[in-house]
Amino acid sequence: MERKVELKVVNLKKYFPVQKSFLERLLSGKIEYVQAVNRISFEVRRGEVFGLVGESGCGKTTTGRLITRLIEPTEGKIIFKGEDVTFIQGERLREFRKYVQIIFQNPYASLNPRMRIGEATAHPLEIHGIATGERKKKMVFEMLEKVGLEPAKKFYDLYPFELSGGQRQRVAIARAMILNPELVVADEPISMIDVSLRAKILELMLMLKEERNLTYVFITHDLAVAKYISDWIGIMYLGEIVEIGRKEQIFSTPYHPYTKALLSAIPVPDPKREKKDIKLKGEVPSSINPPSGCRFHPRCSFAKDKCSNLKPSLKMVDKDHYVACHLY
Amino acid sequence: MKNLLTIQDLRVYYYLREGAVRAVDGVSFFMKRGETVGLVGESGSGKSTLGLSILKLVSSPGKIVSGKILFNGNDIAGWNEKKMRLLRGSRISMVFQDPMTSLNPLMRIEEHLVETIRTHQKIPKAEAKKKASLLLNEVGIPPERGGDYPHQFSGGMRQRIGIALAIALNPDLLIADEFTSSLDVIVQFQILNLMKKLKASHQMGLIFISHDISLVSEIADRIALMYAGQIVEFAPADIFFSEPLHPYSEGLLNSVPNIELSDQKLNYIPGMPPDLVRPPDGCRFYPRCPYGEDICRRKEPPLVQIEKEHMVKCFRYDGKKSRT
Repeated sequence: MERKVELKVVNLKKYFPVQKSFLERLLSGKIEYVQAVNRISFEVRRGEVFGLVGESGCGKTTTGRLITRLIEPTEGKIIFKGEDVTFIQGERLREFRKYVQIIFQNPYASLNPRMRIGEATAHPLEIHGIATGERKKKMVFEMLEKVGLEPAKKFYDLYPFELSGGQRQRVAIARAMILNPELVVADEPISMIDVSLRAKILELMLMLKEERNLTYVFITHDLAVAKYISDWIGIMYLGEIVEIGRKEQIFSTPYHPYTKALLSAIPVPDPKREKKDIKLKGEVPSSINPPSGCRFHPRCSFAKDKCSNLKPSLKMVDKDHYVACHLY
Repeated sequence: MKNLLTIQDLRVYYYLREGAVRAVDGVSFFMKRGETVGLVGESGSGKSTLGLSILKLVSSPGKIVSGKILFNGNDIAGWNEKKMRLLRGSRISMVFQDPMTSLNPLMRIEEHLVETIRTHQKIPKAEAKKKASLLLNEVGIPPERGGDYPHQFSGGMRQRIGIALAIALNPDLLIADEFTSSLDVIVQFQILNLMKKLKASHQMGLIFISHDISLVSEIADRIALMYAGQIVEFAPADIFFSEPLHPYSEGLLNSVPNIELSDQKLNYIPGMPPDLVRPPDGCRFYPRCPYGEDICRRKEPPLVQIEKEHMVKCFRYDGKKSRT
């Protein structure tokens, strides 16, 4: 049985104007844009994990912020449970936030240093008028215990500086989960946590997902982590999705030359493994004036004339497996 | 073969108001010429302090308290600043995580190289310039870009410049501290390959400091794993990855996702590293160890030799691979 589509993103686009001085604007007369996200489309089904993978500056964080409506898209649509939420405002947006939550990368920045852990976790309950007084406190205790901050009574009164990075990230998870959301966007939730504790956070997220039939959009630069947690994977390059498929497909039969390069570049903890070589030129260009045609063509060793003129669209190569490349 | 570097019972403390932070506390290891040691540990384990102390660059309130640093047979731990300056850059050099902070933004990169070369070698400017362009070529930067300033280069290119500066005087030992951590994975792969090539052509020893054990496995001949200021296991790389002995080594390797495995079961190590002002009396890993026994709480385990070049700091091993 196919699961229900929880989130659908259609031709989503976000351009940020480049800040210039008044004089520069007067002289050049045109406004430049950072093309952070350029017409991306994907679907995420209920109870599944969609891993959005890419290198720094590829637009994956912007995508996460668009989905959660923290920033306004330039164009395109965000459809949550069949409803177009792209431009909803006021009460409807508030209602939407009960269902869609985000966990940020840096637990040292995402918690208010002057708010006790208990207050921070209770905050969403107050904002949405869900619970007050003893009931609120009880809900917070339960949530803190759920994320492993035990005894909850002790953690309730602590300040963020008294916690380790891993514990802080648990507070961020507790705060995102206390409203019982359906969709959670997690933006690099483990990259600032010590290696030996990362698996614990992943395990906690998977446990909560199973228990509550949650849907995750898991944003990461680390394909090995994406492989561990995701059901689906979307590979982003310079603001565009170049390949989407089920996890097994991406790892067993990658199509896009960029996906292949990424896969071979990942270090593997095994010195006896045969070392691979990747043929890839240069570094990621600027997204202010991205290359014409396929944005990857200046670095691609298979590029043909067509690639610099015509932008490839996402084509189905196998069931559930899509790639944007003229080679296929 | 003689050792290029031997560290014996090195202790480096930071003296703070709360007490001495024992960042490096009784560390010993060795390496031979041309070898790569992967110095691995989590944040706060003391790996960066250890790297800096080999160059005697630990700054106040940090201090080398005791121990020996034998470089090419000479104990440099007691050397004064004047003698160390002759060594730094020419015999031992270093590359850092963010090359932008180690490059002068107002100096063209060719000037950087020429200055570095002429500080140690009395050669005419024109000759130094020629050397500089050869170096740029060697690290994969077109020599005609020598007139550009650091901000005109991308992150990967800047790291190449950092490497060119570090190898300019053909050092015997290069210390690289998280030097690919700010790079994307593909660029990291390219820089790592460049490093392997240069290491071989220059016959350099390399201390590769990183928190990323997968990355270290791509380049290291030996692994030194640090925990709470101490080396808990020192082993040839292939043995370390196939038969890790210390419970922390085992735990760490089980907590790293491996892209080559499917349906991997990840584990984690419960608890947190100890406070290095007041570390536990016995084994520092005891509070997190799944095999801990009473003796581990009371006594600090010695670093015992298992095989000729394999050492482990754990009571479970008694000079043999089999557990006691």
